[in-house]
Amino acid sequence: MTLKANAEQATKHSVTKHTTIKSSSTESLSAESVIMGKVSIEHISLESSTLKSTTLESHTQSSPQLSYRHAFMLVLKRDLTIAMRHKDDIINPLLFFVIVVTLFPLGIGPEAQTLSRIAPGIIWVAALLATLLSLDRLFKSDHLDGSLEQMLLSPHPIFILVLAKIFAHWLITGLPLILIAPLLAVLLHLDERSYTALLLTLLLGTPVLSLLGAVGVALTVGIKKGGVLLSLLVLPLYIPVLIFATSAIDTAALGLPYSGQLAIIAALFFGSLTLAPFAVGAALKVSTN
Amino acid sequence: MNTLSKKNSTPLISAKKLTCIREERLLFDELSLEISAGDIVQVEGPNGSGKTSLLRILSGLSQPYDGKIFYKNQLISRCREEFHQNLLYFGHLSGVKGEMTAEENLDFNLALHGNNTTESLAYLANVNLAGFEDSLASHLSAGQHRRIALARLYQSHAPIWILDEPFTAIDKQGVASLEQLFIAHAARGGCVILTTHQDLITIKPEQVTKITLDYSYDSAFD
Repeated sequence: MTLKANAEQATKHSVTKHTTIKSSSTESLSAESVIMGKVSIEHISLESSTLKSTTLESHTQSSPQLSYRHAFMLVLKRDLTIAMRHKDDIINPLLFFVIVVTLFPLGIGPEAQTLSRIAPGIIWVAALLATLLSLDRLFKSDHLDGSLEQMLLSPHPIFILVLAKIFAHWLITGLPLILIAPLLAVLLHLDERSYTALLLTLLLGTPVLSLLGAVGVALTVGIKKGGVLLSLLVLPLYIPVLIFATSAIDTAALGLPYSGQLAIIAALFFGSLTLAPFAVGAALKVSTN
Repeated sequence: MNTLSKKNSTPLISAKKLTCIREERLLFDELSLEISAGDIVQVEGPNGSGKTSLLRILSGLSQPYDGKIFYKNQLISRCREEFHQNLLYFGHLSGVKGEMTAEENLDFNLALHGNNTTESLAYLANVNLAGFEDSLASHLSAGQHRRIALARLYQSHAPIWILDEPFTAIDKQGVASLEQLFIAHAARGGCVILTTHQDLITIKPEQVTKITLDYSYDSAFD
């Protein structure tokens, strides 16, 4: 566009210059326009040749931006941006967690002994259900607006993108739960020796909830009302985490070592960390087929 | 046709004996095609004739009931990364996030496919979205959503463009400039596969290869 404008200006200029001798002015005009035409054609062909060379480059060598770390950070940043602008994604699970835990003392009665006995179970069940509630958003909105298709068609390996999305989900839902859990534990008179165990089990256990849940979401993302099916698929997989986590907290309250239970939760975490992203990728391919 | 000279080179994308069955209906059967650099291919057919299915199968999003897709004579499942690096698919859904601004959306889409994001403002200006860079996409119209997604076309180095109804909700000038973009893309060695129910305005009929899908109940019982 700018080139054309320049050409017009140049020809106008020549017209004003040669107004005194009309015949020569028209000649120069035509000559100049021909030259301009040539120049612009050359320019276009040059442009196309550079474009061709860039396409060839992209064939032969991947651009530096195609790194795993870059892809991971890209998706993570995007999901966190969306969550920050759509705050109920963060607040809803947290509020649910707080409400459920605070309702128990009201329903059962304020006896410290009873409450401290059931505290680990209440906190963990509430955390588990809060995570389950928030799972649906992991892929649903991306599926509905088509960005999931674009992710599947990107040259990056799917498991990296999926891992970034799961990590973002954990940062949005799991981390706030861990931060607020000690406060709620005070409310439930949790034995003071159990606090470390509670935090450690939550720190290792909530990522497992996000990772395993993602597999279920990926399988049900194509179904309109997949909520019930999702719970049926995912809840049985959550039970080992629940059993070992509450058992670790109980053991800690007795003053006994709980490293065994912790080791099992850690094994669950690393197992799901390595396998779940691949399972999610395969499930997403099936769901979008 | 200007592609005649290039016919000898390997086709960018080719399909052998594709069969697609949806809801127990045979949409197309034994469909083979070869699309080379410089081709503009328009897939035609009434609603429900399998145009979108064909494009999704060609892009690797859906699996055909039977048949194979090749990128430069390699099975696309064997060279996924290379194929996706050279493919730009634009579906019914624009993939634009309402919570992000126009520029953030375009930047993400470009970076996701390994493109540069340094000139994204210029691409937004190309699709008449100058001044809307910092508006949240949820505040923009349906046509502007499509334009955000289409702005990617100006940057893409991918030679294969598969575009499903790219002109939906786009105004007349927008359609004309898109068509010019398709012609330029074909001229520089790319190929464009598109579906549309509108008549192409500036692309001449002889520049376009047409694939007509004609689903009818009779063909299902042949």
